[in-house]
Amino acid sequence: MSALLNSPAPQPDATSDADNITRIAGRFNLRSMGIYLVVLGMALCAALFVPGFATAGNIVNIFQRSVALGLVSIGQTFVIIGGSLDLSVATAISTIGVVSAIMMDNKTENMAVAVGAALLMGIAIGLVNGLIITRLKINAFIATLGTSLILQGILFSGFDNYAGKVPREFQSVAYGDLLGIPLGVYILMAVLIGAWVILRFTPFGYHLFAVGGNRETARLSGVRTDRVIILAHILSGLGAALAAIILIARLRSGGPRIGIGYDLDSIGAVVVGGSLLSGGRGSVFGTLAGVLVVSILANVFNFLNVSAFAQDVLRGVVLIVVVAVYSYRARR
Amino acid sequence: MSVIDTPYSAVEGSALAKARAAITRVPVIYAVLVVLLILIYWRTPAFFQMNSLVAFIRSAAPLIVVAIGQMFVLVSGEIDLSVGSLITVAAALAAKIIDSDSANIGTALLVVIVVAAGVALINAVVTTVFHVPSFATTLAMLLIAQGAISIVTNGAPQGGLTPEFRALGRNNFAETGIPNALLVTIAVVLGSLILLNFTTFGRRVYAVGGNAAAARLSGISVGRIKGACFLICSLCGALGSILLVGFSGMSSLNVGNGFEFQSISAAVLGGVALTGGRGSVFGATAGALALQLVFRLLNLLSLPLPFRLTVQGLIILGAVAVGSVRRSRS
Repeated sequence: MSALLNSPAPQPDATSDADNITRIAGRFNLRSMGIYLVVLGMALCAALFVPGFATAGNIVNIFQRSVALGLVSIGQTFVIIGGSLDLSVATAISTIGVVSAIMMDNKTENMAVAVGAALLMGIAIGLVNGLIITRLKINAFIATLGTSLILQGILFSGFDNYAGKVPREFQSVAYGDLLGIPLGVYILMAVLIGAWVILRFTPFGYHLFAVGGNRETARLSGVRTDRVIILAHILSGLGAALAAIILIARLRSGGPRIGIGYDLDSIGAVVVGGSLLSGGRGSVFGTLAGVLVVSILANVFNFLNVSAFAQDVLRGVVLIVVVAVYSYRARR
Repeated sequence: MSVIDTPYSAVEGSALAKARAAITRVPVIYAVLVVLLILIYWRTPAFFQMNSLVAFIRSAAPLIVVAIGQMFVLVSGEIDLSVGSLITVAAALAAKIIDSDSANIGTALLVVIVVAAGVALINAVVTTVFHVPSFATTLAMLLIAQGAISIVTNGAPQGGLTPEFRALGRNNFAETGIPNALLVTIAVVLGSLILLNFTTFGRRVYAVGGNAAAARLSGISVGRIKGACFLICSLCGALGSILLVGFSGMSSLNVGNGFEFQSISAAVLGGVALTGGRGSVFGATAGALALQLVFRLLNLLSLPLPFRLTVQGLIILGAVAVGSVRRSRS
């Protein structure tokens, strides 16, 4: 399994070759790309055995269903690379979704303001999370769980059902397409490339990996670790805001439950994508693969009429197996 | 707080300084508990009447038991996100097997214990042998358990529980007026206290959580200790589940929802470190009690129900912040 993921070398017993390939693979960061072999393998099996899977329409559908989770998970990737965690994204999505749907109020002229407000709320939530973690020195798990509870309470005391209305023009964010590809997929790809550039080519990106790898070492080397963590959480908040925008465009209004599940799902996708939960290592392309694994599974199961319950079981098994393979390879 | 990080250095200086030092050694959670009790007394003195206290203890017992189990896992340096799902699984299995016939209680208990041990075994093996971080392992187990029980029951509770099975959670012991739940809770607290503080196993749990590499080098089987902690947590989950459905009945397949986060919050409120190596039985107990008192207080204040969550979040953040700021000063 590991050799299969590691390299295309046909003979696993050719150790020196395998060593060389591993070394080269390490340089080109193929570690995070191994998961794409899994994605391809899944897609291939599905194309062979599931009638209707390998149509252009269905492939587009899979990507479209990946947009919201993809956006949140890319934000989550930043936080996890920094050695932190964001459990507040689910509530953030719901809150931002409700507020911006209400602000739109079915009027085209409100769209820009509502989107701006959504992004600002994402930034604010991330900023608060980051400040609580760095200034009050609270573990990220507890800090973001706490902010999530606080937001949830406020949200549910004001709303218990769908609220606001998204104008028809804005729904094209979810339903419109360009050259046959949904607009949401362009947004996801743009965010993905932007995130990749930030991680690989900016000082913040380097600092984030350093802080995630060893916070104290990074601090002693002159990195302002607190700022890095705060910025990572702001990016996670922005990811949640973008996901909220996509979701309300799809659902045509906001609701206090639209974000449920995105917290643990996004963490799962990031981990399946090869990022280390302990921080210091990860990639947004890996995360996209993690999201695609979930989407392809869901899609295939829908074709086969398998219940959502069995999907949960299989997602759990995939999570364990993939992470076990990663850690086995990392220890060799 | 734990035996390990109690400062032993004698405090020099005036009686005032000594008193201040003594105060700062008291974990925040006890102050929170006292404040909550005073607030509740101020709103509703009747809360301290016997039958109201008994009802409170019955409702608080499941979380206390689960929080103590979670505390073992946290002190050993791991985390268990699957315990909430396990509670649902145990309750749903019990209802399905008992099927309103008390003759089946023995079988049901056996199955519940085996399933809990099985979940713990998988959590432990995947985490310690395959080196999957327990956050990912138990997150996966959460999904698997939730999906599996929904498949087994077709998405809604089946069968039924009998009054005999529910006696543990809602009846009193013989004619004494003492709720069974209180006796079970006391037994769990005392048992855990002895296990964690007065046995070699307990020392090893702290050692493994404090520094796994050092523990391994000194000859401790880290995997076994962590595995035992997962087992304790799962068994506490099963026991908590029996107490819970005894008290509140089995109405849907989300009876255990939120218990993973509540038990972790309770433990952390009680001074347990998520990084491992630090925590105490009394702390976790006090944390769980405090959370339940908050829920009760918010009911008494007749705030809108969702505000429970907000206040819960504020209290968790506040208490943990005070604890961590004090620690970084000392």
